[in-house]
Amino acid sequence: MEEINPLINMIVFGAFVAVTLFIVFRVSRRKATENEFYAAGRSFSGRQNGVAIAGDYLSAASFLGICGAIAVAGYDGFLYSIGFLVAWLVALLLVAELLRNTGRFTMADVLSFRLKQRPVRMAAALATLAVCFFYLVAQMAGAGGLVALLMGFEGTLATSITIAVVGILMIVYVIVGGMKGTTWVQIIKAVLLIAGAGIMTLIVLFMVQFDFNELLARAVEASPEGEAILAPGLKYTNPVDFLSLGLALVLGTAGLPHVLMRFYTVPSAREARRSVVWAIWLIGIFYLFTLVLGFGAGALVGPETIREAPGGENAAAPLLALALGGPVLMAVISAIAFATILAVVAGLAITAATSFAHDIYASIIKRGDVQPGAEVKVARITVVVIGVIAILGGILAQNQNVAFLVALAFAVAASANLPTIIYSLFWRRFNTGGALWSMYGGLIACVLLIVLSPVVSGRETSIFPDADFAIFPLANPGIVSIPLAFVLGVIGTLVTKQSADHAVKQAEMEVRSFTGAGAEKASDH
Amino acid sequence: MPDSDPIAERSLQMQASPEFQRLRSRFMRFIVPLTVLFLAWYLAYVLIAGFAPDFFATRLGDSYITVGLLFGLAQFVSTFAITMLYSRWANRVYDRDAEPLREQMEHAAMVGGR
Repeated sequence: MEEINPLINMIVFGAFVAVTLFIVFRVSRRKATENEFYAAGRSFSGRQNGVAIAGDYLSAASFLGICGAIAVAGYDGFLYSIGFLVAWLVALLLVAELLRNTGRFTMADVLSFRLKQRPVRMAAALATLAVCFFYLVAQMAGAGGLVALLMGFEGTLATSITIAVVGILMIVYVIVGGMKGTTWVQIIKAVLLIAGAGIMTLIVLFMVQFDFNELLARAVEASPEGEAILAPGLKYTNPVDFLSLGLALVLGTAGLPHVLMRFYTVPSAREARRSVVWAIWLIGIFYLFTLVLGFGAGALVGPETIREAPGGENAAAPLLALALGGPVLMAVISAIAFATILAVVAGLAITAATSFAHDIYASIIKRGDVQPGAEVKVARITVVVIGVIAILGGILAQNQNVAFLVALAFAVAASANLPTIIYSLFWRRFNTGGALWSMYGGLIACVLLIVLSPVVSGRETSIFPDADFAIFPLANPGIVSIPLAFVLGVIGTLVTKQSADHAVKQAEMEVRSFTGAGAEKASDH
Repeated sequence: MPDSDPIAERSLQMQASPEFQRLRSRFMRFIVPLTVLFLAWYLAYVLIAGFAPDFFATRLGDSYITVGLLFGLAQFVSTFAITMLYSRWANRVYDRDAEPLREQMEHAAMVGGR
């Protein structure tokens, strides 16, 4: 693609980095308390947090991936986006407010509220770190893969350098700005992403005189698959595998630790509710944009051109921008795609660091006996460690097909986290045994099934194409691991004994979750 | 931590009180059917897409709009509708009922000398 002008791309991207860094430094506090560093002093409004949630959730896979999938495979890309949206109803109806009322900083706070502190907190922290790790490596490797496409760089060295730059920026944002800085990065990114996609959608619709049928007609004409793009079946050929993926998407979102942590940045459950309502509207409208952009890219750029471009399907949205508005619009859209990755990885990094510092270091290792400020210091050091691991993981994985890692993160969230969240909030009898069985069972089942799946071995596209130990036929473990984790929660509860203070702690959590009595308040400093 | 028994006792009392029971069951009566509904509706959508793609491929008249596209857009509409329905109910009904109970708990906490 000679049309790429790396200079314009770099200028636009550089401007984004400069503005966000400026804001992050302005909101930073050297001596941040835990409340400030982990939860931004619970000072964001529901609307701000809703925008930040959209910024946290809409990853490059949502934008470039879904546009590309619709451009090439038509309907199946759209099918994929719907799971990501409907999932938010689980968060809205069952999780957001009750969780805001009972926790302080992390998912483990809620899960260990009425159960045996140390073992449950450990399990929840491990599940948190696993989800963050899978998601982070996927994002980092993806960031590298986008370089050839967006900046016109090629080769392993250039890709590795870009991954390192993304990692270093992530570390700076989180160390300096804490949750407040990270949230502002996510807000700015969400506004840019949704506005950018919205403008492109308007241009596409304008070109077909706002006749969606005409757009579909042109996409069908441009596609070698013809009318098949209007119906399911081109991308997801195994319906059981897709059902498995769909379950993980719809039940996983409300168990994603970086999403859950966002509910602590608002002052009350009512604001948490408002955040989710805002997030659902923004995310839903964004996915409607991607429907137009995907078919628009199919119609105006053509699936064959997209497939042959560096970056493949991911090139659909930038190439559409080039077709619509020339190199400048393409530069803007490319820079937004990068901003998207940065905001998502920053959210993951602060979540993982909080979980390590608050759950593992302060609560488990130090048993709650920590000097003021020590916890935040540990969190900041953890961010650096996580950043280095993410950079190395991203560099190692850059030539692998890592799309499965995102699906795996959702499957782990749906199997290891969601059953225990639901049971501790709604099932009075649920106890420590049930939580441990369900969390470890769900986590191990997911990872084991992926290792034994065609993703890892047995096919040409596998990580180890020469070996074959794929005894599990599906690429997505959810259909087995999610029901299994729910069942293990019940069995574990029934076969283990309740602790002596079970009824009291349960009553305390239930009253607090439903009424909000004693919930963490905003701190005004 | 100072003696935590008062919170524990108050929580047990509150949990057993008819007001709290009413609040909780009202919540469950609203949330559970809605949750079952949207999960079943999403599951039905995914199952039809997977096992009856020909039905989704049916075109409306001689347009390029398919049944599948309408079902997909209907998922968006239902998600937005449930969101607004819940948010209205929670803002008007649930908060109104929960607020006095929260005040009661927190007031008792202050009187209880904590």
